[in-house]
Amino acid sequence: MNEERMSVIVQTIASILFPIILIFSFYIIMHGHLTPGGGFQGGAVGASAVALLIVAFGARYVENKMREENLSAFESVGGLVFVIVSILGIFVATTFLTNFLVGEPLFGIIPKWGVSPLNSGGVLPILNIAVGMKVIGGLASVVLMLAIASKEGEK
Amino acid sequence: MKKIFFIAFVVFFIFMFYSAYEIRDFGNPPSQMDDRIIGKYNSTTGEWEYGAVNETGANNAVTSVVFDYRGYDTLGEATVLFTAIAGVMMLFRRVKNE
Repeated sequence: MNEERMSVIVQTIASILFPIILIFSFYIIMHGHLTPGGGFQGGAVGASAVALLIVAFGARYVENKMREENLSAFESVGGLVFVIVSILGIFVATTFLTNFLVGEPLFGIIPKWGVSPLNSGGVLPILNIAVGMKVIGGLASVVLMLAIASKEGEK
Repeated sequence: MKKIFFIAFVVFFIFMFYSAYEIRDFGNPPSQMDDRIIGKYNSTTGEWEYGAVNETGANNAVTSVVFDYRGYDTLGEATVLFTAIAGVMMLFRRVKNE
């Protein structure tokens, strides 16, 4: 029996709660331009799901399941998407970080009073998703690395 | 001293509850301050005349400030996060002995 793991009750509850917390995190990120919240907040919620897994199953097990390199790559992809969308504003429109999708039929419909369609906001949903990827990957990898390092320090 | 803290706590509590009751309902017609920030909605034509919703297309004015009007700030914040994570990764990297 692995010493790092908690009891079966905690493991079961954690494995039930993990997808629910992740779905809530994705909901906050996706609706960042409609409801309170956004990329940072949803990313912090998603990282807390990974922290819950680490508490329940131990850092070694989680590290074997989701490699730390993958989380770092996820984070870097989020940062790249943010910068690329920002720089596209120079070429498509006028300046850095221009909201060049507003008014387009695909993403940028301007909502009428009282309705909140998901495909509004121009580049804001894309930037929200990018920042959410960045925060989920970054905070989760930091929590994972700190947990592993503290386990190794005890030996 | 404890009494003063207790009285202050109770007054603050009552104030917060009172303001929660007095706040307008979610989605009610905006006040004048909202008119300046979020924009003015023309109900006859069904379009926004000016303001944040007209310029960014996002219902959430806070997001339109954070990601559009002050997008540089968010980029800097993301860079701070990236730097902090890079520092942690450098500090706790696995060292191979063989």
